[in-house]
Amino acid sequence: MIHIPLLRAGRAYKSLNTVRLTHIKTGEPFAEVSQANRGLIAKDLGEMARHKKVLGNHSFAELIAMCKEAARLFTTAELPLHETTQSPEEYIRHVSGTTGLPETLCSQNMRKIQTVLEEMEAVLAGLTRGLDMRIFDAGWRWGSQEKGTLVYVCETDALGAVLPSNSPGVHTLWLPAIPLKVPLVLKPGREEPWTPYRIAQAFMKAGCAPEAFSFYPTDYAGANDILFRCGRSLLFGSGPTVAPWMNTPRVEVHGPGRSKIVMDEAQCRAGGWAKHLELIVESVAKNGGRSCINASGVWVTSHGREIAAAVAERLSCIEPKPLEHPDARLAAWANPRAARAISAAIDANLKIPGATEMTTGERLMELDGCTFLRPTVIWCEDAEHPLANTEFPFPFVSVVDVPKTAMVASMGATLVATAITEDEPLISELLANPRIDRLNIGAIPTNQISWDSPHEGNLFEHLYKQRAFQYGHL
Amino acid sequence: MDILNSKLSQNIAKARTELDAHVRDIVNWHFSPETGCPFWLEFAETLDFDPRKEIGGYADLKRLGHFQDEWLRGGPVRQWVPKAYANEPIYVFETGGSTGIPKCRINVRDFQIDYEHFSETLSDDGFPPGSDFLMLGPTGPRRLRLAVEHLAQHRGGICFCVDMDPRWVNRLVRYGKHQDLEDYKNHVVSQGLNVLRAHENVRCLFTTPKLLEALCEKISLSKVGIKGIFCGGTEMDAQFHRFAREELVPGIDFVPTYGNTLMGLAACKPFNPADNYAIIYYPPQPRAVTELVNPENPDEPVDYGETGRVMLTTLTKEFFMPRFLERDEAARAKPIARYPWDGVENVRLLTELQESVVVGIY
Repeated sequence: MIHIPLLRAGRAYKSLNTVRLTHIKTGEPFAEVSQANRGLIAKDLGEMARHKKVLGNHSFAELIAMCKEAARLFTTAELPLHETTQSPEEYIRHVSGTTGLPETLCSQNMRKIQTVLEEMEAVLAGLTRGLDMRIFDAGWRWGSQEKGTLVYVCETDALGAVLPSNSPGVHTLWLPAIPLKVPLVLKPGREEPWTPYRIAQAFMKAGCAPEAFSFYPTDYAGANDILFRCGRSLLFGSGPTVAPWMNTPRVEVHGPGRSKIVMDEAQCRAGGWAKHLELIVESVAKNGGRSCINASGVWVTSHGREIAAAVAERLSCIEPKPLEHPDARLAAWANPRAARAISAAIDANLKIPGATEMTTGERLMELDGCTFLRPTVIWCEDAEHPLANTEFPFPFVSVVDVPKTAMVASMGATLVATAITEDEPLISELLANPRIDRLNIGAIPTNQISWDSPHEGNLFEHLYKQRAFQYGHL
Repeated sequence: MDILNSKLSQNIAKARTELDAHVRDIVNWHFSPETGCPFWLEFAETLDFDPRKEIGGYADLKRLGHFQDEWLRGGPVRQWVPKAYANEPIYVFETGGSTGIPKCRINVRDFQIDYEHFSETLSDDGFPPGSDFLMLGPTGPRRLRLAVEHLAQHRGGICFCVDMDPRWVNRLVRYGKHQDLEDYKNHVVSQGLNVLRAHENVRCLFTTPKLLEALCEKISLSKVGIKGIFCGGTEMDAQFHRFAREELVPGIDFVPTYGNTLMGLAACKPFNPADNYAIIYYPPQPRAVTELVNPENPDEPVDYGETGRVMLTTLTKEFFMPRFLERDEAARAKPIARYPWDGVENVRLLTELQESVVVGIY
């Protein structure tokens, strides 16, 4: 059976404590993942300052070249996987086999990671707002006594990342840490150790200091320890997982997205919405609807039922297919019990007046040994209904009728909002709303990312702080 | 090899005979009006047979069914005091770190006897006679607190203690109060460090796996003179055992233990690299017996190497607890020369309970 070891500052370590992953289709044991005990993580993290120095010995130009080489290796090379190797094709089958993401979507995510690695300079330019990159090699000090000096200070010896299993694309978010010269401490999601492990292998093969990569599959207590001990971390998870860390500045929380599309009165009334159905479908269903940047709500001022019916008609064309099918667009559930529970929760909430399901037929479907949830569209008569502002990791969307005046206030915390509008007062109100993370004005799907502008937090600002600095005469 | 095997077989048979004789003594003691406790005397009235006559050995304990968890929750606690000990000073100890009404067990000298037996398994190099102990583990109404102190005294030492309330820890874990948990852990550990720095005759340590890790982050235990650690109080897995020996406290005598208020203290199989750090415990037979049974059908023992639910029988003059189904599971381990009866390997919480129970720092 495939074994995935820990990486302790790049050094493989096989633990006596393992978790066995089964294949999503056959239920047979498929891979065994070494688990790090808490104390081992704590002990290793004590060494991070030293590892950071080693990583910092690479010049910025070298690190950028390594990113490019890692992109090539990640997508084309046989890379080490404990005592064997893994080809890109195997990687795709492995990810699909334990997470249920169709192989074509795994492959799209692989290309997403490739793009970010190849375009790392542009990504960094976006994160740093065009900072002169020479500062990376100049001890984070740039400028002159006369013209003023810009100084940054790094807030941590390592970036911790408690990662999800939903989609490999999420790993693009921590990649810039390497050229930013901060070692990584990665705790993968239970079903998706593959991607972070392979990225680390690609970097090490590209010549990057192994000290930069620590990889600790572990339990809840181990994950908490990472969040405690790393000066800066990213935490991905559902509401209850992230709740205790919401007000901890050293932890950047990536909880539920509740991303939304907002349509103004003019669009709703004049039937302009019909032009944007494809955008809605893409926002809801791309990548299996698993990401937090997938839309889970469409906020409209009128015609909600009609719009929901039209969206339902389009989304219901997306049917479960075997995971290796080239047209597969829906992900299977690694835990069928969770799928059943979610479907039952939706049904229970539909009994509360004010919500109508617009999609028809069975939601839960078994195919080829896998369990799927088919796309589900709900029309909500108001934003207070429990199904109105909720998200599930499959193509699920509520079209919600909201009075024009309550539009922005009723949105709540929203990771990505796409506003289909030219209405200036609405745009101003959206711009002023601090609970929206990323705002798209115009016909931009919620899941569309431009790599050269920060999205889902700004890793540079999370890792580095601008320091007040002045020279004085001796 | 054959000679060794046949010697072991003889010893297994001998231990079994001794166990059966011990069962008869204990049943006789607890079910006799002159010596027994009210609980078992009343229980006997509900039976259609006299246990003193019909229980001839361990296998016959089946006729008494399974000891029920609930019997130990709530009073009157004196129903457990054997008449023979009615005038002795009585201790009461509580189990576990969960909240709600805890299980209680009365003690007269059992905790001392158990730890005196355990003391015989410790080496004088790791636990030098006359050296002092630090007890950094659950205190309060738990037997561990007094038992470790007795162990230290029994070996000619003095025991330093630090307060530690596992129920508070569990509450913090349950409510996701990570910062408070960290603060409490640091509070406990820093008091332990004070003891270690201020009292150089402390050579021996009892602590839990998590507190040991926390302690080692702050100090080198070998540098402050610790020679032996016995570690327990919560579950421990092979990976932790290996990590402790290889990285956390190399060179220090590291003794894993498995014990609880109801059983006493099980000794660990002497370290053997061939076991690949598996933690194998042997109960203090005949004072306690562990059997591994099919969780679906507790009358059916599992085979050697197979995993089953731990069924515990305690057989002392202070406490009789037949065939209690623990919340733990383990693999059944073969008898060895030193302990010619079944052991338990890699004890952990029952799989079906693993998602619902909190294990904190202690």
